[in-house]
Amino acid sequence: MQAKTSLAAYTQLEKKSKVTNMLLRWFLYFVLILFASYFIFPLYVMIVTSLKTMEEIRQGTLLTLPSELNFDSWAVAWEGRGYGAGDTFLKPYFWNSIKMVVPAVFFSTFIGAMTGYVLTKWRFKGDSWVFLFLLFGCFIPFQAILLPMARTLGVLGISNSILGLVVVHTVYGIPFTTLFFRNYYVSVPTELVKAARIDGAGFFKIFFKILLPISAPIIVVTVIWQFTQIWNDFLFGSTFSFGKAAPIQVALNNMVLSSTSVKEYNVDMASAIIAGIPTLIVYVLAGKYFIRGLTSGAVKG
Amino acid sequence: MKTLKIEDLSKNFGSTEVLKKINLEIDEGNFLVLLGPSGCGKSTLLNIIAGLETINEGNVYIDDYNVSKVEPKDRNIAMVFQSYALYPSMNVKENMIFGLKQAKTSKEKIEEQLKKISSFLQVDELLNRKPSQLSGGQRQRVAIGRALVREPRIFLFDEPLSNLDAKLRIEMRREIKKLHQKLKTTVVYVTHDQTEAMSLGTKIAIMNHGVIQQNETPEIIYNKPSNTFVADFIGSPSMNLIKGKLTQNSENTFFVAKDEKNNIQIPISNYEFKEKIELNDREVFLGIRPEHVYFKKTNDNDFEVKLTANLSEYIGHEQIITFNYSNQEMLAKFPSTIKIDLDKEMNLFLDLSQISLFDKNSKERI
Repeated sequence: MQAKTSLAAYTQLEKKSKVTNMLLRWFLYFVLILFASYFIFPLYVMIVTSLKTMEEIRQGTLLTLPSELNFDSWAVAWEGRGYGAGDTFLKPYFWNSIKMVVPAVFFSTFIGAMTGYVLTKWRFKGDSWVFLFLLFGCFIPFQAILLPMARTLGVLGISNSILGLVVVHTVYGIPFTTLFFRNYYVSVPTELVKAARIDGAGFFKIFFKILLPISAPIIVVTVIWQFTQIWNDFLFGSTFSFGKAAPIQVALNNMVLSSTSVKEYNVDMASAIIAGIPTLIVYVLAGKYFIRGLTSGAVKG
Repeated sequence: MKTLKIEDLSKNFGSTEVLKKINLEIDEGNFLVLLGPSGCGKSTLLNIIAGLETINEGNVYIDDYNVSKVEPKDRNIAMVFQSYALYPSMNVKENMIFGLKQAKTSKEKIEEQLKKISSFLQVDELLNRKPSQLSGGQRQRVAIGRALVREPRIFLFDEPLSNLDAKLRIEMRREIKKLHQKLKTTVVYVTHDQTEAMSLGTKIAIMNHGVIQQNETPEIIYNKPSNTFVADFIGSPSMNLIKGKLTQNSENTFFVAKDEKNNIQIPISNYEFKEKIELNDREVFLGIRPEHVYFKKTNDNDFEVKLTANLSEYIGHEQIITFNYSNQEMLAKFPSTIKIDLDKEMNLFLDLSQISLFDKNSKERI
């Protein structure tokens, strides 16, 4: 028989495990803080630099806080210096991007929802093949379709226009949005559709009245995904548009890379932040639902 | 006029035949239960009646009107689903009147129907709640309510109780029974639970592999199963089927089990044969339910045998004892109050008025 552990020994053991736990906890925090700062560091440099004057930047003090808050570079990035030709600034391109992103996100999400609905609730012969080909669209390297797409846009007469970019982004968004919605609707009981059919609802009524109202989580996921993809896209933007019709990422590139005079780091940093703000806002507003939507499978009736 | 008539109905999914030449009729006010193991085609048959599945061959008539190609909403039917299929985004009221609204019923009529049905089913307190805020039993009642407000000719139930826990299931079963008694509606009800089928149905159609095995009242199904499948499917534990053959002498017919050594001859002269056939040397199954094997003489013509018990299963209110009958298992159901010694011979009494005989080859009742 094993000897009984005495009370004193237990107290000793308890103390020991308490210390170990605390040490482990501190180690955990240390690692977390380390990684967090690693991620936050570039952003810090960007913000700090954008608020400095060029003289201050030239002193080489990359990490120090600015001596005074100076928003001039932000104004320059947004509205330019006010002299005519050759002055590139973000404002018009920012609106270009908005005009491109909003309809492209809307249409790709809507069409994806519809396709997902058909592929799960109105099964037809060969529907799994259709889905397979749509999935194929997720894996196509977009560089491969640049030339045929340019030709298509030309034939349609919408090359170098916002509309052209809307069409391209909608078309190449559909595989992803369909995948999202199909996987979501698979978990919605088909009996709902049967019940609605007996109640006399048709194809569209069932979609709008029954499925769409319970699709909020997956709509959020899709919107965030599509918004980020389309807003951050450079390839399609730079290939299918130039000059006044370009989206913000292309303009940012032109601004930062093609300036002939001295590199203005503060303006560059401010521009980069401006170009990234909308996606940040979308994440902050909907991020909570994003995680929930990604992880939620079943819809509880 | 038959409320529902199904004529030579066949259905296949690709190369798999799901339903084979189904014929079925229901009179007004009857409660028909489609009972069978999973994959027997009962749910498909129900979906076809509802119009949710297409037909390959045959016809469906509702009130003598061929509805084979009629849309579900125009068939004058309502359906209650296993998952209840309440629309998650709508509250109870919206759920219940959705169908009426689709049918462009007048506002006054909708209100009137809603009031009548919701107070009848005692869901009038719940009208503003979402389905997710309801308990299992409440959901079920709302689902039935949604079916009732439309005043259909036929109610279709697709395993409506199988999602509930055991206690609630029995409660809801009683409610459905009461509902049917009160409203006298025509019902087609799909289940795989034999107790449900027995207690609810006025008629039970037992299905297997897409064929109706027997379509009769619960009493006939239980007492005179038409083949060994039905005999085996109904009852818990199921009917003992003992292999053997019939022998005839000048005045009597006997059943002798396969093992000749034992030589127990069970007289079957009182058995009602379906038709006159040659009996001598016919290989058969003798069917007797465990509850018709007694431990003391109960009726005058009970047949006495000496058997040895070799397994005892205690289940509370009763016990199931397995006996060795000519090297075949024979189960008997006794009250749990009596003491049975294992591995010891004891006298048993077989109730010969309750036996069934099946042909060994065709598995049909003879």
